[in-house]
Amino acid sequence: MSNKNQWEAVIGLEIHVQLSTNSKLFSGASTNFGAPPNTQACNVDLAMPGVLPVLNEEVLKMAVKLGIALNANINSPTSFARKNYFYPDSPKGYQISQMDNPIVEGGFLDIELEDGSVKRIGITRAHLEEDAGKSLHEDFEGQSGIDLNRAGTPLIEIVSEPEISSPEEAVAYLKSIHSIIRYLDISDGNMAEGSMRCDANVSVRKIGTAELGTRTETKNVNSFRFVEKAIHYEINRQINEIESGNRIIQETRLYDSQKNTTRPMRSKEFANDYRYFPEPDLLPVVLEDEFISSIKESMPELPNEKKIRFTEFYKLSEYDSSLLAADKDLADFFEEVVEESESPKLSANWIMGEFLAELNKEHLDISKSKVTSKQLGVLISRIEDSTISGKIAKEVFEKMWDSSKDADDIIRDQGLEQVTDLSEIEAMVEKVISENQDQLEKYLSGKDRLFGFFVGQVMKESQGKANPGQVNQILKQKLKK
Amino acid sequence: MSLSDKELKEIAYLARINVDEVSFPALKGELDQILGLFEKLNLANTDGIEAMSHPLNLSQPTRKDEVSEVNQREKLQENAPLVQSGLFLVPKVIEGEN
Amino acid sequence: MELNELTLKQQLDGLKDSSFSSTELTQDYLKRIKSKDPSINSYITVTEELALKQAKESDDRYDKGKALALDGIPIAHKDIFCTEDVLTTCGSKMLSNFKAPYSSTVVSKLFDEGVVMLGKTNMDEFAMGSSNETSYFGEVKNPWNLDYVPGGSSGGSAACVAARLASAATATDTGGSIRQPAALCGLTGIKPTYGRVSRYGMIAFASSLDQGGVLARTVEDAAILLTSMSGHDPKDSTSLNIDVPNYTEEIDNNIAGLKIGLPKEFFEQEIPDHVRKSTEEAIEVYKDLGAEIEEISFPNIDLSLPVYYVLAPAECSANLSRYDGVRYGFRCADPKNLEDLYMRTRDEGFGSEVKRRILIGTYALSAGYYDAYYLKAQKCRRLIANDFTEAFKSVDVILSPTTPGTAFKTGEKTNDPIDMYLQDIFTIPANLAGLPGISIPCGSHNGLPLGLQLVGNSLEEGKLLSAAHHFQKVTNWHRELPEL
Repeated sequence: MSNKNQWEAVIGLEIHVQLSTNSKLFSGASTNFGAPPNTQACNVDLAMPGVLPVLNEEVLKMAVKLGIALNANINSPTSFARKNYFYPDSPKGYQISQMDNPIVEGGFLDIELEDGSVKRIGITRAHLEEDAGKSLHEDFEGQSGIDLNRAGTPLIEIVSEPEISSPEEAVAYLKSIHSIIRYLDISDGNMAEGSMRCDANVSVRKIGTAELGTRTETKNVNSFRFVEKAIHYEINRQINEIESGNRIIQETRLYDSQKNTTRPMRSKEFANDYRYFPEPDLLPVVLEDEFISSIKESMPELPNEKKIRFTEFYKLSEYDSSLLAADKDLADFFEEVVEESESPKLSANWIMGEFLAELNKEHLDISKSKVTSKQLGVLISRIEDSTISGKIAKEVFEKMWDSSKDADDIIRDQGLEQVTDLSEIEAMVEKVISENQDQLEKYLSGKDRLFGFFVGQVMKESQGKANPGQVNQILKQKLKK
Repeated sequence: MSLSDKELKEIAYLARINVDEVSFPALKGELDQILGLFEKLNLANTDGIEAMSHPLNLSQPTRKDEVSEVNQREKLQENAPLVQSGLFLVPKVIEGEN
Repeated sequence: MELNELTLKQQLDGLKDSSFSSTELTQDYLKRIKSKDPSINSYITVTEELALKQAKESDDRYDKGKALALDGIPIAHKDIFCTEDVLTTCGSKMLSNFKAPYSSTVVSKLFDEGVVMLGKTNMDEFAMGSSNETSYFGEVKNPWNLDYVPGGSSGGSAACVAARLASAATATDTGGSIRQPAALCGLTGIKPTYGRVSRYGMIAFASSLDQGGVLARTVEDAAILLTSMSGHDPKDSTSLNIDVPNYTEEIDNNIAGLKIGLPKEFFEQEIPDHVRKSTEEAIEVYKDLGAEIEEISFPNIDLSLPVYYVLAPAECSANLSRYDGVRYGFRCADPKNLEDLYMRTRDEGFGSEVKRRILIGTYALSAGYYDAYYLKAQKCRRLIANDFTEAFKSVDVILSPTTPGTAFKTGEKTNDPIDMYLQDIFTIPANLAGLPGISIPCGSHNGLPLGLQLVGNSLEEGKLLSAAHHFQKVTNWHRELPEL
């Protein structure tokens, strides 16, 4: 790759988010995932002659929430338009979408970059539209099978300004959106299942040029990792093309995750004249001020706000706050643990450490955790009140995970309470010292490192239950003599 | 106002309607006639006039987010030209939208 | 007198006082359909079994004293209304084998009032036409003279009622498709305010212009049916959520002092003498009834035809995209690939008028032309609507001939699309503005009927119906029926 530092990339992302309503955008059919083909496609979804669309009220609430979270304007009235194209998974031969006055317009999102700095990415618009059905290509000998269960599911398409400058920034932006939609409970944002889809518009230009280069649109990227790789590939491809004297063709490309390449999609040139016009079967949607302000009032705390609160109130580090606040379920879990344990720092460490490790090991979602937030909170309290040491606590946690028993029961049943009685510890220290006279002589003659040996022996004597702080203190005293 | 051959071919493709060579000239003539009607529109002064998409000056009603439709696949597929395993069959789709 | 010669109102009265049964009435119609319809071709599907079943159920209800509002009245539905489990073709090859899996709201509402459905009537393909010559199921003949057209697109409904092959019929009007056939067949035809009648299940041609209505022998009959057909439907977002008056009561409202506007630009058109004469005679009748006549102006009326022929094709080009041979309807044989499936299904499944309009509509919406055509037309539409608003500041109803002449001969205008489109110059403006319009018989020329049109302000069907009803109380044009 030659002279990369002469070039800069200009990236814009179009993210399609499937809204988690019970019924479809314009019909009363169910949106449940995984039903047998065409069992959730009613006459409206099948575009039977004479059917008409009726708007689902829930999507308006969801769209307004999103607009507020994206610091954008809510347009009222907002209207629908027909986007005309022929494809078997689009039964009407047009998609009902939004053209002129989308429900959400002109916002921004502040994203955190790897170096800790914050960059503001503009959001052009977010609009409502209906999803298409699915084509299945195997098993049908030269035919494709069309399943319209998904047709009519509500989507909101979020379009960013072309202000993203690198694959890493793109992923940060994408993760931010992902976090927000889950926080707002408007979508589960599952890229693998298709409830969040990302198309990347990429162009390059020589640094210092004002004009934008020709851009391509890359589709079929269904994970954060692939988004990064696909954009990275496309930037390099474009640079190489231009440096070889070729022009970039404005086209849609598909990402191939196996080969890590993008290739052009096969479609006719003028096939993309969508001939948008206002949807005559739907009237303009008026969103009353009261409606919008009641949603504003009931907005949940958003990831950025929560992060700031965690650093200020719980005195966590920026890194810890960031990690905990990114996922709403995790953040809630953390706060529940702290409510019980009253030790934010220790709770944060345990959650980011042992707890997440167990969840990841078993590929579990936090909702399926084998230890509740209250149980973990209690365990941490026991460390804080010196009932057990941190080390023993790890054992207890594992047993809690496997048995679902409470910390106190396990500690009691297994006799794991820390020994904190000074005279008991003194007795053990004296015992260890008396049994290890050689090491004592060596230590007293200057081998300071043997202090650790004595600590270890006392811990062993106590079966790990002696309070390490107190062992250290007493040993220091006794060994000075 | 007159359609060029290229334009007619393009709109026939956009509308997915096959126009065979033989019918082409006659169709083009008929369409040109209709386009002639449109000349009058250019003469109208519409400065400051808002487009009228709906005769009604009302706003869109909404419905509750409830599942109100039951599975009627059998009935709804009775008229289907080609169905297998509950899927509508079409000649193999290569790539396209979505 | 035969039962089929009675008006709907007279039939309803007769059923109520047991002068005859619904079964008798229905059988009378079925018999007459068998004997007369072959020469008229007004029906695409006759639902004999269903009709007799419904008639019997109706008779049972009458016996038990549980009769519904329209119980036992045999009507026909334009084949544009989806009727569950019954062939619904829209006059097209594309749907020639389509059994609707659900019923339109209009059909359901009328069944709920106990009507008997005799069958589905013929129509111009996908409601595009003014002569009922574009139907896949053959031309419809005007019962007044079989060499002439009945008008369109609701030609089947009009011919059927005029020939007394149904008591009344439902129909639709996008640019005049109820009023024009009413005029050419000597009937009363009403297109209500846009949004008054639900469009759910009414196969779409041009969504912002289409409206369901009635073709009947008298204003009173039309009022009866319209009352039952109208009303809010949550399945249609463009349906008005406003109570429906009982139109049968409104028709008797006093019209003394009614202000009638005569659009001077309409009367400046080149119209044949016999049309001018019958209109002037009608105006005299209204003067005698106590109405005040006033000249009004529609400065933008010239734009109506171009606006309509941009907007209606544009909307229909999208509405008809669903006909692709995938989920229902006609599919071409042995499609080689997806493109071939679409291109040949649509070329073979649609008739030429439909294809012409889809292409024009596609063109008007295409990149580069959207502003000049579609957007410009929507703005001009506003100008026309404003003309009406202005006019209704000083008048109550607007009067004109319904059509620029009597029925024309079959084949006379099929080679001249523009000439055919001119049939609708008086009717189109009301659709563009979403206003109600009615046509009633007002004369005759060479044995063919002439119609008078009244257009009212939004939701003033009552005023229209009462103006029309009073006209029918003092004239006999509507009582004349063709002999077959």
